[in-house]
Amino acid sequence: MTHVRATTNNSVQNPRNGSSAAGRRAGRGIAKVAVAGKYASLVVASIVVLVPLVVVLFAAFKTHAEYSTSGPLTPPRDWFNFDNFATAWSKGHMLRGFWNTTVILVISLTGTVFVGTLAAYAISRFSFALKRVVLGLFLVAALVPGVTTQVATYQIVKSMGLVNTPWAAIVLFLGTDIVSIYIFIQFMQSIPRSLDEAAVIDGANRFTVYRKIVLPLMRPAIATVVIIKGIAIYNEFYIPFLYMRSPELNVISTALFRFKGPYGAQWETIAACTMIVILPTVVIFLLLQRFIYNGVTAGATK
Amino acid sequence: MTALLERPPERVAQPTPKTRRIATHWLYLGPAVALLITFTYVPVGNMIWYSFHKWDGLDLTMDPVGWDNYVRVFTDERYWRVFLISLYYFVASFAQIAIALYFAVVLSFSTRFRNLFKGILFFPYLLNGVAVGFVFLYLFQPGGTLDSVLELVGLGSQTRQWLGDPDVANISLAGTSVWRFTGLSFVLFLGAIQSIPNEIYEAADLDGANRWHQFRYIIAPGIRRIISLSFILAISGSLAVFEIPFIMTGGANGTRTFVIQAYETAFQFRQIGLASAMAVVLLLVVLVITWIQRRLIPDDEVSLS
Repeated sequence: MTHVRATTNNSVQNPRNGSSAAGRRAGRGIAKVAVAGKYASLVVASIVVLVPLVVVLFAAFKTHAEYSTSGPLTPPRDWFNFDNFATAWSKGHMLRGFWNTTVILVISLTGTVFVGTLAAYAISRFSFALKRVVLGLFLVAALVPGVTTQVATYQIVKSMGLVNTPWAAIVLFLGTDIVSIYIFIQFMQSIPRSLDEAAVIDGANRFTVYRKIVLPLMRPAIATVVIIKGIAIYNEFYIPFLYMRSPELNVISTALFRFKGPYGAQWETIAACTMIVILPTVVIFLLLQRFIYNGVTAGATK
Repeated sequence: MTALLERPPERVAQPTPKTRRIATHWLYLGPAVALLITFTYVPVGNMIWYSFHKWDGLDLTMDPVGWDNYVRVFTDERYWRVFLISLYYFVASFAQIAIALYFAVVLSFSTRFRNLFKGILFFPYLLNGVAVGFVFLYLFQPGGTLDSVLELVGLGSQTRQWLGDPDVANISLAGTSVWRFTGLSFVLFLGAIQSIPNEIYEAADLDGANRWHQFRYIIAPGIRRIISLSFILAISGSLAVFEIPFIMTGGANGTRTFVIQAYETAFQFRQIGLASAMAVVLLLVVLVITWIQRRLIPDDEVSLS
């Protein structure tokens, strides 16, 4: 068990705080300048990251008249003016957007976990002739940028009659997900086989081993996949934009995108809607920081 | 004697479980492989097929046109010019890697509010692309955030049409990309640096190594692999830029990227054959780059099974 734990949380955990002996030995003056420079650069970077977002937050609380007369850097007069949020919420049909996004999220994530863990189980626990070929197929597919093949994928989704249904997004999120399978395979290899063997001796069949032993032990990897894939689906724009044109099927991204044309002159409404979309991300990030860092590191290095 | 050693009973018993096992592992693998083939390999195959035809996506018949679509991609200025737009994003990704590397090194040493800074730097990567697009439309609009900040610091004369002027628009968009993706590179680098065991730094301290030596001889070799991977991703990433320019300018004012062009060719002008040829070219470029990377950097971590 400890072995299993250790492999998931490897890199991001241990902040190295102790090695300042070299700094002590360096000249005091230079060290002070270096430290000041370091903190100055961090503060500047934080400002560059935060200011573009904060000014949009300002705009979201301004009335139309206030917006046209004040500069973007001026804070709003009334921090409790939620009118723009109400307008954005109802005019943008954001409730529908969040509902559609949630449905797609839940079905795709559940599907990904089962499809992915089953495949990983077969690859890491069975030995069969075509295993290398299957692994190769997954490996090469990871290199194909999804955005390029949509021209042809669209024809396939169309021939299945899924265009303009939420299923278009669901099957594509399920089918184009190679990174999750990788994370599952890597994690599963760290689960000792002796556990499987012990269960088989006790009379369990292969599927029982998967369901009762492997799946529960996979929880950390499943959490990682659910978090990083969940964020990716929440943020996905191209697939819903391409396959779900009907306003009834708007997800968060496409609902927000619709503000671009008709609300071009009403930045305070667009700003409020942008903040509505960003808010869940902020909450999730604050709650699940550590998992997100781990997941992103695991996912990106494949 | 030899007949006894061969143990015939076991041989006879073997085929039954073996055939059953072949059936079961395909049950487990089936859904994943079916999805993989349907939504990755069949499209790639079809795309190659389409690229040699003239087709509007609706007709029952396709006209074979040989290499015409490819010839057009490489000779018609509208199609090859969009490749050049990638250069803006490619150059920007160098800035991105440099910034990310600097902050990853800085934050790997003990720092006050370390987690706060780490969170702030990483956060943009998690944001919805459309939201980022709108935030930066607001930032770049005339009299918007950027102009106001420039005036505040006395550079009011530097204001311009950040997204309207074709000379600047791509730089603005590439800058937005840097803002959005630096956090990812930063967290990857930081993770790689922190996976270097502590004892190595302690040993270096005992040997009298300073911070620069530590960077040069411990950190740099330790993260070489992830940095080279980042460069490769930068090349394919800058060829596949879509979201930011599509949301912010729709490809106007000379900001049309390769993928926007392919999207319009396929879904607005219904020239599936030509769009497929563009996609095949892009796919080949990405595969060749990845292959070169695998050649240059022997890859020890992708050893599955």
